[in-house]
Amino acid sequence: MIGQSPVRTLIAHAVLIVGILIVAFPIYYTFVASTHTLQTILRPPLPLLPGGEFLRNYTEALFGGIGRIGGVGVGTLLLNTTIVAVGIAVGKIIISILSAYAIVFFRFPFRMTFFWLIFITLMLPVEVRILPTYKVMVDFGLIDTYAGLIIPLIASATATLLFRQFFMTIPGELVEAARVDGAGPWRFFFDILLPLSRTNIAALFVILFIYGWTQYLWPLLVTNRNDMNTIVIALRKMVSFADADTQWHLVMVTAMLAIVPPILVVVLMQRWFVRGLVDSEK
Amino acid sequence: MTPRVVFPNKFLPYLLVAPQLAITLIFFYWPAGQALYQSMLKEDPFGLRSKFVWFDNFKRVLSDPSYLNSIKVTIVFSVATAAVAMCVALLLAVMADKVVRGKGFYRTLMIWPYAVAPAIAGMLFLFLFNPSIGSLAVLLRRAGIPWDPVLNGNHAMILLVIAAAWKQISYNFLFFVAGLQAIPKTLIEAAAIDGAGETKRFWTIVFPLLAPTTFFLLVINTTYAFFDTFGIVHAVTGGGPGKSTETLVYKVYNDGFVNLILGSSAAQSVILMVIVIALTAIQFRYVEKKVHYG
Repeated sequence: MIGQSPVRTLIAHAVLIVGILIVAFPIYYTFVASTHTLQTILRPPLPLLPGGEFLRNYTEALFGGIGRIGGVGVGTLLLNTTIVAVGIAVGKIIISILSAYAIVFFRFPFRMTFFWLIFITLMLPVEVRILPTYKVMVDFGLIDTYAGLIIPLIASATATLLFRQFFMTIPGELVEAARVDGAGPWRFFFDILLPLSRTNIAALFVILFIYGWTQYLWPLLVTNRNDMNTIVIALRKMVSFADADTQWHLVMVTAMLAIVPPILVVVLMQRWFVRGLVDSEK
Repeated sequence: MTPRVVFPNKFLPYLLVAPQLAITLIFFYWPAGQALYQSMLKEDPFGLRSKFVWFDNFKRVLSDPSYLNSIKVTIVFSVATAAVAMCVALLLAVMADKVVRGKGFYRTLMIWPYAVAPAIAGMLFLFLFNPSIGSLAVLLRRAGIPWDPVLNGNHAMILLVIAAAWKQISYNFLFFVAGLQAIPKTLIEAAAIDGAGETKRFWTIVFPLLAPTTFFLLVINTTYAFFDTFGIVHAVTGGGPGKSTETLVYKVYNDGFVNLILGSSAAQSVILMVIVIALTAIQFRYVEKKVHYG
């Protein structure tokens, strides 16, 4: 290891601290805004330190305040978003692991055709087929339903590829041993494959949860009713109706509530998050 | 490779791929096919009759000044976003590679923006920079800069780029840190013994060896700026002022859903599809190369 002068180390720390201040500032400032009175927010610049209204703003927002702005209580919004995020993550993992299992551990006609059919969906993001997909949703009556918010987003080539890659590293002897011991495909799947895939599943879950929580275009298209909105969409609607008497302090509380849950997931499950991120891009 | 040991079931595998395949066919291939088909149809304004017109829609779209403007906007936006996000992340990653203490702490704080939805990132920056109650906007104006992203197209674009780049810093940071760690320390030490200073070592050894990571991130960031930033544009500027921030994806949405110009919107979708295919192909070529270099 090359010796490094203390001055250079100090500079490195300084740059990193400035970087973090810039990266964290918008989130921090939103938090600050959510602890001030409406009058303080309307008279910028806002102080750099949190105000004394934390309890009052958050109680007001949680018990009816947000409902007065957007028409829907924050509980419903958070519930919707959680259902969508968890639904997408779990759904994607289930259908991907099943199809990867079929493609790696079975031999059947059209196996590679199916694989390519799944693979090519990488090249068809929602953005390039907005209108026709919307029409399919209307035809199936899936507008304003949880199924409509979740199902079209759970087909994923990335997750299938990831599981396929991992399954290929599992030695054939393991399958052979299981078969000699009389285990059928389901037994093998549940007793051997699933336990082995635990870390991959955890890593993927974190990434997909964030993916689901931060969806924008799709929820915007398939929800008309306010009580089916995710919190991101609801926040956008609150901001766009902004006028002289917008309750900015409550909007800021909503923003915090939309930001904090995914941040907690990323920070608390950091090890799996980083792993999932690196894996899912290979 | 020896043939894999497999289960002999004939029917079960079809059952296993069925859910994924069904969703893929219904929500991906059918709509994509429809988009292709509609891109060659001309419908009357009431949607009562339609006529097959081959590539007329494409011709019209590609000669439409507002579409050409939107291509220009998208390119400016993507290049700026990728450049800002990658330069800042590279600088921070190089610094993080130097420090020993506090590495985990810095990383933990650096990954926050990844968890923030693009649309919310946009709204946070709008809150800071909007002309009426934005604190930073007020400070800029006090410093004598006539800042107004609501009326000035360039300012609106700058605001979008900052928000989009901010959100992408975490991702680039993590990949650059991983890339830096993969560089053999012996190479750097050898250069140091030969008398190369730190700056020289970075540009002649570290940076070239980081090229695969940089290139990979360039593709990812471009894809991100093209497609995932719809939320930012929709939440912050709505394509305005004028059409100064109308990106391609935003235009597809706007023409299809708001203005209901179906043929044109479908043709635009198909053009976007070609762009995605090109980007994905580049990305996979890169992956293959990485395997060759081992």
